[in-house]
Amino acid sequence: MIEARSLSKAFGPIEAVKDLSFDIREGEVVGLLGPNGAGKSTTIKMLTGYITPTSGSVMIADMDASREILSIRRRIGYMPQDIPLYEDMTVIDYLRFVSDIRQISSTARREKIRHVAERCSIEKVITQSIGTLSSGYKQRVGLAQALIHNPDILILDEPSSDLDPNQIVEIRNLIKEIGKEKTVIVSSHILSEVQATCGRVMIISDGKLVADGSPDELLAKERSDNRVHITFQGVGPEEGIEALSRIDGVSRVKPIEDGRFIVIARKGRDVRPDLFHLAVARDWVILEMRTEQVSLEDVFRKLTMN
Amino acid sequence: MNRLKNIWTVFKKEFLSFFNSPVAYIVITVFLLFSGWLFFQQFFLIGQAGMRPLFALIPILFIFFAPAITMRLVAEERKTKTISLLLTLPLGNAEIILGKFLAAEALLGVALLLTLPYAFTVSSIGMLDWGPVWGGYLGALLMGAAYLAVGLFCSSLTSNQIVAFILGLGICFFFFIIDKVLIFLPGNLSTVFEYFSVDYHFRNIARGVIDLRDIVFYISFVAAFMIYSIYAVQREDWR
Repeated sequence: MIEARSLSKAFGPIEAVKDLSFDIREGEVVGLLGPNGAGKSTTIKMLTGYITPTSGSVMIADMDASREILSIRRRIGYMPQDIPLYEDMTVIDYLRFVSDIRQISSTARREKIRHVAERCSIEKVITQSIGTLSSGYKQRVGLAQALIHNPDILILDEPSSDLDPNQIVEIRNLIKEIGKEKTVIVSSHILSEVQATCGRVMIISDGKLVADGSPDELLAKERSDNRVHITFQGVGPEEGIEALSRIDGVSRVKPIEDGRFIVIARKGRDVRPDLFHLAVARDWVILEMRTEQVSLEDVFRKLTMN
Repeated sequence: MNRLKNIWTVFKKEFLSFFNSPVAYIVITVFLLFSGWLFFQQFFLIGQAGMRPLFALIPILFIFFAPAITMRLVAEERKTKTISLLLTLPLGNAEIILGKFLAAEALLGVALLLTLPYAFTVSSIGMLDWGPVWGGYLGALLMGAAYLAVGLFCSSLTSNQIVAFILGLGICFFFFIIDKVLIFLPGNLSTVFEYFSVDYHFRNIARGVIDLRDIVFYISFVAAFMIYSIYAVQREDWR
C-alpha cells in the first residue's frame, strides 16, 4: 500500500530524515515511534505530500507521490499534529467544507457527516463553533474530518496528546476498529498507546529507522536473558545463592534483601518450575514469584539513546 | 468541473469567514466612513453632479483596504497551521489561491456596492452622467483586484499578518506612485512606467472610456501575482 524508498529530507543544514525505506501493507496498523524531533512528523508530511522529500520516493496505492499527489490525497485521511482547525467555523460547517472538497455529493453529505459525528461522538457539539470546544473535542473533530470520506489510509500524527485517560481509551478503540479494515499509521511518543493499538512498530531515531517489527518481536529481540524475581520466607542470602545457583541454566543469582532474589537464566530458559521444585524439596515457602517484564520503554530507550 | 467546484467551495468558506469574524464589518464600516466623509466634503466644494471625488479617492483608500482584507488569507493559516490540512486535501494550490482571491474581491465588491447610495443621492440633486459612474465602478473592481492580488501574494509569504499588511501596503503604494514620479525620468522610460501604474489605467476607465488595453493590463497584473502566490503558498515550514 505504501512504499517509501530512501526518503531523505533536509531543512537547510538540518537533516530531519535520512535514507528511510519501508513498506506498509494494506490493512496494517503501524505505529511510528520516536522521541521528539526524531523525524516522525517530517516522515508523515512526506507521505501526505505536504512537504516534498529532498531525495527518495513515495509510492502510495501504486501511485507516485511526486506525480499523482492529488489522487493519493483522495485516498488518505490525515490528522496533523496539534489538530489545526478553523476556530471561527462551526463543526458542521467545517465538516461540510471538507466533504465538499472531498467531492462527496450533497445528497450523501448529510448521512456521511451524521455517521462520522456519531463515530467520533461529536454530535453534541456539532453546531458549536470550533474555537469554543475543549481540546478533546477538537481532537475528535480532527479525526472526524480525516474519516469523512472513508479513506483507505488513515494517518494520525500524535492523536492522543491533549486527551484525558477516558478519551485516550476511546480513541485507541476507534483506531483498533478502523485498523480492522484500513491501513493506519499512527505516530506517537507514547509507548503504551502504540503497544495497545499497533500490530507493527517502527522506531525512528535521529531520522533513521532503528527497529521495525511487531511489539512482541521487538521485545523478544531485546530480551537477552530471563529474569525471575522470587521471595522465600526466612531464607538467608548465602543459603539462597548456594541453592539457586545449582539450578540448570542459571547464570547468576542476585540477593536483594531478606529472602528476595533475582534469578538470571540464559535467554529462553524458564526456571520457574525448577524454583517450585526447589522450594518443595527444601520445604521453603514461596511468598512471591514473577518474571521481569522487558517493556517497550526499555527497548525504546535503548534504541533511541546513544 | 471539479476544479471549479473546489474554487467555489474555498470561495464560500473564505467569504463566510470574513463575515464570521469582525474583518468584513470593520473593513466595510471604516471604508464607508472614510469614503462617505471625503466624498461629500469634496462634492459640496466642487458643486458638480458627479462621482469624480469618490473615484479620485478610491485608488488611495484601496492601498490600505486591500492589504487589510487579504492579510489574513494565507498568513493566518500558516500561523494556526490549518494550512497543513488545507494543503493535504485533494485541492490544487491554484484552486486555493483563486478561491481566496475571489472571496476578497467579493468583499471589496460588497463595500463598493454600499457606496452606490452616494450616486443615487447625487442623481437626485442634479443630472448625473451614469457612464463614468459605471466605468468608475468597473475600474475600481479591476484596480481592487490588482491590489488584492498583491496583498494575497504578501500574505502567502509569511505567517505574520502585520508583515503581510505592511508589505502589501508598500507594494500597492509602489504601483500607485509609479506614474507620479515620471517628471524625473526620460521620455521613453516614462511610458513604460506609466503602463505599470495601477492608477493610470484606473483613471482611463473611470473617465468612462473602456479600452481593452487597460483591461488586459489588470488581467495580466492579477494573473502574475496569482502565479507568485501559488508558488509562495507551497513554501515549506520547518515542522
